[in-house]
Amino acid sequence: MSHLIIAPILFPLLAATLLLLVRRVIPLRVRRSLNLVALVIQILLVSLLVQRVAGGEILVYALGNWPAPYGIVMVADRLSVWMLLVTSLVAFFAMLYAVRGTDAGSRHFHPLFQLQLFGLSGAFLTGDLFNLFVFFEILLLASYGLLLHRGGANRVRAGLHFVALNLAGSTLFLFAVGTLYAILGTLNMADLAVKAAATPPENLGVVRAAGLLLFVVFALKAALIPLYLWLPAAYSSTSAPVAALFAIMTKVGAYSILRVYTLIFGAEAGPVADLIGPWLLPLALATMTIGTLGMLAAHELRRQIAYLVVVSVGLLLTAFALGTEASIGAGLYYLAHSTFAAAAFFLLADMIAMGRGTLADRLDPGPVIANANLIGGFFFVTAILVSGLPPLSGFLGKYMVLNAAADLPSMPWVFGVILSAGLLGVIALARSGSLLFYRAEGLIERTGAAGRHAVGPNWGRLLPIIGLLLLCVTLVVWAGPLSDYTRATAEQLLEPSVYIRAVLGDPPSP
Amino acid sequence: MLESLLSMEALIALIIGVLTASGVYLALRARTFPVVIGLTLLSYAVNLFLFVTGRLTVGLPPVISDQAAGYADPLPQALVLTAIVISFGMTAFIIMLSLKARAELGTDQVDGRLDGDVAPDEHGAGRGGERG
Repeated sequence: MSHLIIAPILFPLLAATLLLLVRRVIPLRVRRSLNLVALVIQILLVSLLVQRVAGGEILVYALGNWPAPYGIVMVADRLSVWMLLVTSLVAFFAMLYAVRGTDAGSRHFHPLFQLQLFGLSGAFLTGDLFNLFVFFEILLLASYGLLLHRGGANRVRAGLHFVALNLAGSTLFLFAVGTLYAILGTLNMADLAVKAAATPPENLGVVRAAGLLLFVVFALKAALIPLYLWLPAAYSSTSAPVAALFAIMTKVGAYSILRVYTLIFGAEAGPVADLIGPWLLPLALATMTIGTLGMLAAHELRRQIAYLVVVSVGLLLTAFALGTEASIGAGLYYLAHSTFAAAAFFLLADMIAMGRGTLADRLDPGPVIANANLIGGFFFVTAILVSGLPPLSGFLGKYMVLNAAADLPSMPWVFGVILSAGLLGVIALARSGSLLFYRAEGLIERTGAAGRHAVGPNWGRLLPIIGLLLLCVTLVVWAGPLSDYTRATAEQLLEPSVYIRAVLGDPPSP
Repeated sequence: MLESLLSMEALIALIIGVLTASGVYLALRARTFPVVIGLTLLSYAVNLFLFVTGRLTVGLPPVISDQAAGYADPLPQALVLTAIVISFGMTAFIIMLSLKARAELGTDQVDGRLDGDVAPDEHGAGRGGERG
């Protein structure tokens, strides 16, 4: 039993505690470096874990050496480690942007950031349903603090809705977990899978209801229609690095859906098999449609990007809903792309907003921003990336999803929605780009902007954006091995018996 | 014995139901104070629910003993403790947040709209408010 499995959970907690203790003693500059170093170490730890699980081994860590299903286990398989890798990379670049000034004004930004990472890592690694609830609460509590960082009326209002909704969601989660425990008598996910498959007919209704209740909770986290309404306000009103980090938050919901509904209610689950099958695909496609309409209707760039996150959740869950090895693999590839791209876009939108004074990111013609060519170039590249045009990773991800859907009966719906959402997304982004960069107003503003030209581009803030864009380029350059990995992940997910055997040991009788 | 347990279960189920219903009703109100109370009631309901998931038993020992006919399930109690602590912290947080919202927005309306501020045009009012 290697302690490496739990290291990505413990290390951020340690870093958060340290940052909390020294918050008054050590100057901000040092705390920033400490946090960045901690994030680099986190990436290294996760990379070590990637090497361990890439071969297909499922690592199990029993806390306190209590054997499953009696104790809580941490399970590192290809899926959890892939999510961890994406999370730690996004967190690093978000922090790299935050240290350029966003983190000032509150001593607790750095500890909260690490606590958020702690909650995220725990949620991805845990093999216990109640423990998943606990880590959800940890990441949510940290996210409340981060969302409200530096306050302001907008953030407080959006935060109030976000917190109230998530509290209601937590209550539902507990009801669902309680029901499952009352009927099946276990909370370990592998054990739940075994017990759920053997549900006696008289309890079938209750177990199904609990399973669908869980789906509601995860759909709320993932911002699936009709539970996405909290997202645009929350993401567009918070500070840029927090929004960039939150790009992974909806993916926690998507991860939970993938995990629970392939493992506990998956194809091998007998009477409760394929529980959300009839729901997920239509809802995911509807989410894409609504998100795209939101992008077209948005009057602020950041709100538009928030709707873009909704669209990407729709596409992601469409891929998961198709349920084949190829589609889930494609979805996981797209997950990494959409997280990096959305994070980069949120950071870029912040830079654009800062260059436009009081107009901020409102989509109205305004003054020429400083270094318009450079920032506009970045906008162009990012827009191509997120709207899924070749040659960047958005195109590859979408192509892989479409390719996986080509032979399925739902093909016309999937193709129709994904392609028209893509087209409308391009139109919306092209309109924003032309409003922000081409229809910028004339001479009076130009003198002001010319004065700012002397300042030169803020490379410190551009660096994390470049980093995130390079990650997307990496996704293209190493598309072969990476999509092999995600494909192998999907293969592993579709064989829950392997996971169950890894956690519970070999069954006494086959 | 059996009847008393049956009625006990009915009573607990009724309490959970009433708490949940009141919680949902209050959480849907337009002001922050009822919303907070509603969420608290919801968390009470779910805590009670979790507690009952181990089944209601009378006089059964939680630890191993020779004469025991059966055992009380200790796990739900641990779950309830965890859930209580979490909901306690969350309630404290949302109370502070409501107070902050009252101070920042000048109203305890959950959408931050002032009293009697009727929105003739939902879209315009929403956006105007956000910039405020």
